[in-house]
Amino acid sequence: MSNPENTTKGGQMGNTTRTFLALLSGTLFGAGLVVSGMADPARVRAFLDLLGPWDPTLAFVMGGAILPMALAWRIRLRLERPLADSAFHLPETRTLDGKLALGAILFGIGWGLGGLCPGPAIASLSLAPASAVPFVLAMLGGMVLHRMVTR
Amino acid sequence: MSAPAFCTALGQAFTKAFPHAQPGAGLTGGIMIGLAAAIMLLALGRIAGVSGLAARAAGIAQSGAPRSTALAFILGLPLGALVVSLITGGVNATFPATPTLIVAGLIVGFGTRLGSGCTSGHGVCGLSRLSRRSMVATGLFMASGFATVAVLRLTGAL
Repeated sequence: MSNPENTTKGGQMGNTTRTFLALLSGTLFGAGLVVSGMADPARVRAFLDLLGPWDPTLAFVMGGAILPMALAWRIRLRLERPLADSAFHLPETRTLDGKLALGAILFGIGWGLGGLCPGPAIASLSLAPASAVPFVLAMLGGMVLHRMVTR
Repeated sequence: MSAPAFCTALGQAFTKAFPHAQPGAGLTGGIMIGLAAAIMLLALGRIAGVSGLAARAAGIAQSGAPRSTALAFILGLPLGALVVSLITGGVNATFPATPTLIVAGLIVGFGTRLGSGCTSGHGVCGLSRLSRRSMVATGLFMASGFATVAVLRLTGAL
């Protein structure tokens, strides 16, 4: 990953623009999570509950989100650089390894257990802090733990 | 059978099979999420991966987006949720008990860092990019999510 401080365009002004755009994106993302019903852990778990009264809503959310993004990846091919920065900062790792597999499997276990993934959990901080705060704090704890064992 | 009549019949069969599903709301919210991720990609040149941005915002990840970008995106999530809740007059959400939330949160935090992403980064952004890593990751976390809830159901915890 390139150093963002050295690749930014327009100095302070560009930084303010990027911060605003990130806030806009996060706000739209959080709004979409609530509209889609994915901020309700019971609904997420109902999707994962193949042995119970299965609720396919999450599949529609994923499909709906992938549509504009598939288009965005096509547009990206025609762009030399993003609209508000001087270069793309995209993951280029191609290798499939045990870390990816084990991490994904662990994440799935936690996701099934709580019905929450990071986005809905953080979005819920404003709507249901009594439940979202313990989850998010534990999640950050898990991230710190990962950093401690991998260094 | 005409095309509109076929669609109506299909819709009715869907509603009968899955009375609790909200495909319209799901699709609408999903498109909003996809547009949000498209802003991150096309304007900022970055993946809208919530676990990575959260780790960066909290100062846990050493590399990634600038701190200000990560913090702004992460602050936007509860802000957007609040706006929708205020407009619609409240949101229904049922959470598990706190001990379950804490255990789940720990595993989600550790797993998403080890696996370099979650539902947003691998699921939404990676799948649409046809990334092989993201396809594998999404397949695995979906499978282990299904398996976990199946175990919960079989042990009577659900």
